[in-house]
Amino acid sequence: MASSVQHSGTDAGAGGSQLQSRPLAASAILIGGTALLAFGIALSISFGAASIGLKEVWGAMFAFNPELTNHQIIQELRMPRAVAAALVGAALAVAGTLMQGMTRNPLADSGLLGINAGAGFVLAVCFAFFPGLSFGTLILFSFVGAGLGAGLVFGVGSLAQGGLSPVRLAIAGAAVTALLTALSEGIALHFQIGQDLAFWYAGGVQGVQWKEIMRIGPWIVAALAGSMLLSRSITVLSLGEEVAASLGQRNRLVKALASLAVLVLAGAAVAVAGMIGFVGLMIPHLTRYLVGRDYRWIISCSAVLGALLLVLGDLAARMINPPEETPVAALIALIGVPFFLYLARNERREL
Amino acid sequence: MASLRTNMPPQRRRSTAVTVMIVLGILIVAAFVVSMNTGFIRLSPLDVLRTLFGGGTDKENLILFDFRLPRIVISVLVGAGLAVSGCILQGISRNALADPGILGINAGAGLVVLLFISFYPTTSAAPPFLLPVLALVGAGLTSALIYALAFKRHEGLSPTRLVLTGIAVAAGISAATIVLTLRLSPEKYQFVQTWMAGSIWGTNWKFVLALLPWIVVLLPLAMYKARVLNVLNLGEQTATGLGTPVERERLGLLGAAAALAASCVAVSGGIGFIGLIGPHLARRLVGPQHQLLLPASALAGALLLIVADTIGRSLLGKAEVPAGIVVAVIGAPYFLYLLSRSRA
Repeated sequence: MASSVQHSGTDAGAGGSQLQSRPLAASAILIGGTALLAFGIALSISFGAASIGLKEVWGAMFAFNPELTNHQIIQELRMPRAVAAALVGAALAVAGTLMQGMTRNPLADSGLLGINAGAGFVLAVCFAFFPGLSFGTLILFSFVGAGLGAGLVFGVGSLAQGGLSPVRLAIAGAAVTALLTALSEGIALHFQIGQDLAFWYAGGVQGVQWKEIMRIGPWIVAALAGSMLLSRSITVLSLGEEVAASLGQRNRLVKALASLAVLVLAGAAVAVAGMIGFVGLMIPHLTRYLVGRDYRWIISCSAVLGALLLVLGDLAARMINPPEETPVAALIALIGVPFFLYLARNERREL
Repeated sequence: MASLRTNMPPQRRRSTAVTVMIVLGILIVAAFVVSMNTGFIRLSPLDVLRTLFGGGTDKENLILFDFRLPRIVISVLVGAGLAVSGCILQGISRNALADPGILGINAGAGLVVLLFISFYPTTSAAPPFLLPVLALVGAGLTSALIYALAFKRHEGLSPTRLVLTGIAVAAGISAATIVLTLRLSPEKYQFVQTWMAGSIWGTNWKFVLALLPWIVVLLPLAMYKARVLNVLNLGEQTATGLGTPVERERLGLLGAAAALAASCVAVSGGIGFIGLIGPHLARRLVGPQHQLLLPASALAGALLLIVADTIGRSLLGKAEVPAGIVVAVIGAPYFLYLLSRSRA
């Protein structure tokens, strides 16, 4: 038993057994991923009820002519949507990466750990009691809610004797999610806003406008930049708290800052796109597998790959059954659930 | 989870347990009476007694016998069934945190009900007697799926994997649920949401009759298997060494627990946490021996659900808070408390 604990303990921080990072692979992902992302965004803009050629997309971006309807569609409807998908994907992926690195927990994800449910609960309260709130205020409340969910899960998990094992954290997350969902349901039933909330939870990036992106973008970009600044410390932390402390790192400070970044990223993502799970679970695993275990590379590559996943996911959600839209959260869960099952099958640590 | 009472001599433990169960029984009767009085139209305890013994007006008879009594009887049966189901699950998985709701059984039942309602042609609520059957099918399929996914050929069924698989499957099902709910008309949506929140909606004697056979067959079966549960609790190797066919017994008991939970959820809607808290309270009161633990769990579960339903009905006056929400609000914090106390 002891050996398997040891094994999965190191495995939590790395996709493979090797300790070194792979800067070459990482640079390739950064460059290639960004190129693919740009192409994905262009495709996403070009595809829709009115099909618009890629050439015209280019024109609308760099030689905007307000008299053309297609240019209007692109500028007002499709561009914000694609940009929002990229931002939300990057935010969720980096939030998951930070959580997995910090807690050395392969099952960490903002959807599974009650953070999304917390943000959702507070937004339900806002919808019911203060219906006329501006989007900017809603975002702030969403951060508070994310903090509430995370605080509950991590608080309970860390009170336990023996600390935060992955399984314990996942179970605490499920229980907190059940509690907050029940409360949201109660509010929704009483105030008859259930279906509004459901639309909003499942909304994805449909109908996002520029002014919302202007509100949310700075938060996400700032938190992403902050995560990059923290990345070296996260790498050290992912070796284990004792190791990090003996290397002279101020673990508490690093953890507090990283937690703050997680809350901003997850809260902002929920405020824009509703409940999207599993992005923060899958992308970090994939990235660690590809680039090794240096978090400077992992965080930047996760951001690119997360953005790519959500832009393509949103595109696919529109293509499956046009003109109806399939919720992108459901589409991602379709890949995410088997992935989680795979991780769970290999999780050897007991409760 | 060893309680203080494990080192008591057996006779004394038994007599304590009997006292505990009698007290629980009295509390259930008290909750029963209070619950009879509670509701939109208030009836005093004297009115209730008079009506019960046949001296009520037509209106009182209608309220008591056609609305409140079946509902209370269903709460008792569902509470007992869910608690025993949870007790069995905790016994076979040796995991104090197992609960039918967390294992995805509620989610599966909810999904099938939702599927049916979204493809049912009229806008009125669906035929009431089909729903429990469908919920039963959904819950059964989900638990079979979770078992199949958590099972590994050479290692058998690890409790941890069972719980994690349950969480994953429940997450997937809730994503599917979101897709379906978006297509519903507002009336249907309201019905589905109330159902999933655990509203004990089947307030009719026919539902009592539908639920009763399951409880009557499965509770005694669980009692009959109490010894096996005790042995399984000692660990897989010890149990095998004592001559128990571990894998077979575990499968049978898991099936019984799933059937019990599924039939309860079918009538009551998605109620979680009773299967967790009932057995825990019982274990604190009567100790870990399943011969005593199972009946005590049943009583504790029944008491909890009557109280939760009564609170839900009286909290907001005319509007009802589904019992499942009340249970979750009480149960989740307790669950988290237990989790923080459990040893690594």
